[in-house]
Amino acid sequence: MTKRFALGIFDDEDVLMHAIENVRAAGVKIYEVFTPFPIHGIDDALGIERSRLPIAAFFYGMCGLAFALWMQIYMLGFDWPMIIGGKPHIALPAFIPVSFELTVFFTCHGMVITFYAISKLYPRWRTPVLDVRSTDDKFVMAIEINESTDLNNLSKLLRENGASEVNEKEMTKN
Amino acid sequence: MATLTHQESATAEYLELSPRTRKTFISIIVAGVIVLAIGLILAAMHIGGGHEAAGAAHGAAHAAGPEAGAGAAHHEGSPVWLKRLLVSLWHNNVFFVGVSAIGTFFVALQYVAYAGWSVVIKRINEAMSVWLLPGLVIFLVVFFAGRHDLFHWTHDGIMDPKSENYDAIIAGKSGFLNTPFYLIRMVVYLGIWWFFSERLRKISLAEDLNGGTEYFHKSINVAALFLVLYAVTSSMSAWDWVMSVDVHWFSTMFGWYVFASWWVSGIALTTLTAIYLKQAGYLKFVNANHLHDLGKFMFGFSIFWTYVWFSQFMLIWYANLPEEAVYYNQRLGGFNGAYTWMFFFNLVINFAFPFLVLMRRDAKRQMIMLKIVSIAVLIGHWSDFYLMLEPATMKGENGFIIEIGVALIFLGTFLILFTKRLAQASLVPVNHPFLDESVHHTT
Repeated sequence: MTKRFALGIFDDEDVLMHAIENVRAAGVKIYEVFTPFPIHGIDDALGIERSRLPIAAFFYGMCGLAFALWMQIYMLGFDWPMIIGGKPHIALPAFIPVSFELTVFFTCHGMVITFYAISKLYPRWRTPVLDVRSTDDKFVMAIEINESTDLNNLSKLLRENGASEVNEKEMTKN
Repeated sequence: MATLTHQESATAEYLELSPRTRKTFISIIVAGVIVLAIGLILAAMHIGGGHEAAGAAHGAAHAAGPEAGAGAAHHEGSPVWLKRLLVSLWHNNVFFVGVSAIGTFFVALQYVAYAGWSVVIKRINEAMSVWLLPGLVIFLVVFFAGRHDLFHWTHDGIMDPKSENYDAIIAGKSGFLNTPFYLIRMVVYLGIWWFFSERLRKISLAEDLNGGTEYFHKSINVAALFLVLYAVTSSMSAWDWVMSVDVHWFSTMFGWYVFASWWVSGIALTTLTAIYLKQAGYLKFVNANHLHDLGKFMFGFSIFWTYVWFSQFMLIWYANLPEEAVYYNQRLGGFNGAYTWMFFFNLVINFAFPFLVLMRRDAKRQMIMLKIVSIAVLIGHWSDFYLMLEPATMKGENGFIIEIGVALIFLGTFLILFTKRLAQASLVPVNHPFLDESVHHTT
């Protein structure tokens, strides 16, 4: 599938932040903004909803906790009971460190895998780079265009809001 | 959002205490005095907790293990009401002095970390250190009046092999636990904490007047030195003021355990003050982002406290050495279970409650949630110190009326002094180099 983009190139993050506000206020939908480093508050400015990853993390954590408790209670309480230090077979205080570690383990791995999956970051996925300078020192605002888009107006809007150049780029996604 | 370049000029704002607020503080003290008086009368008449427990105390003390032989076999010292008053003065003073010192610790930490976000709340932390000198006076007075009731190691003849009171274990600690050295240490700890509090405060006020970055760099040096000294003195003060009431017992985690308790209480107090000031129309630069960070601190360090608490508990539980286990023996089931509920209450209010409530992002950004959790944490850690001190000193003769009365008097007095110091300087450190960063803080 081929998509066409208008790319507004910005030199400064503050200018970019105001441009995002103004462009969105003008009713133009921003496809994505590429920046060399994370910018505080850009999610809110772009109107991106908060990630639901923490909710998933909570459930991964619960899974880890349940698994850890089941494993220890089953192993030490039923499968192969041993007396250690005169404590009961199911000695919960002794299980807490392992439960904690497995909770963390499940949460981290679950989150990383989920994050890769929802970001479509898996082997052999080609990541489209619209302008390589966005990995160096430029801020790139990409706006999807089609036949009905008035390019002159869009270009004017971007330039008025501080874009140092406005390019057009075609990107084939597969 | 997106106000990164939006400049709002930060101007000084001064706290003005309304007569109503002052009246509230005074009524807290009055309420405390009334509760205290009721508690003292009841205890003197042997009604209530003290009386019931007194009968049980001897039985429980014998059952409590090796400690019983040395500690509680014979009732000694002042009458119960006076003993309870002294212990609870000590308990509250340990709590308030600790929280007070955390104010300076917090400021110092932010300087050394080059942290910008906390600049708009730093005056609260500076003002918190107000209790250090009154705390020293109370410590000295209570120590002279009630050291025999509080500290077993101060008893006559306990270090003397010829005396019938002789206790070889305590005598072995005489190099550290003797009255002159103890008092010197107490003065040194509080002296250091007070000196650095004042120093950081003075530099900060001079910065307000003159501006420039030299004050900032000077503060970093002072703060770094303070942190090194505080790391040692906070641990040692915990041994002295809290752990030495259980003089036969020892725990290498104890310094951190007490510090964790103070630290999270200090953060709770900072948060609570920031919210109250905000709701009274001050601190206009403090927004949900700053509260979010304070909430994260409170969440994280509630877990830190639990971590330290559990580390201490688990090792002692697993090893099960009588000389160590007696501590939990007394608190979990000793004295006819006088402290059992409190043991579990502490875990719930200091760990489970903040952990579950503050886990969500939204909860950390809402004033009402933070307010509830801050108050719970403050009550929780007050009772944490209660559980550290009362079983060792009062055995089964503990109670709550006198203790709550004293706590209210301390609270009211602290609030009067605290707000007075808060009103002495602008709530916004106008010339702090990171002020702008703090105003535009986003989380």
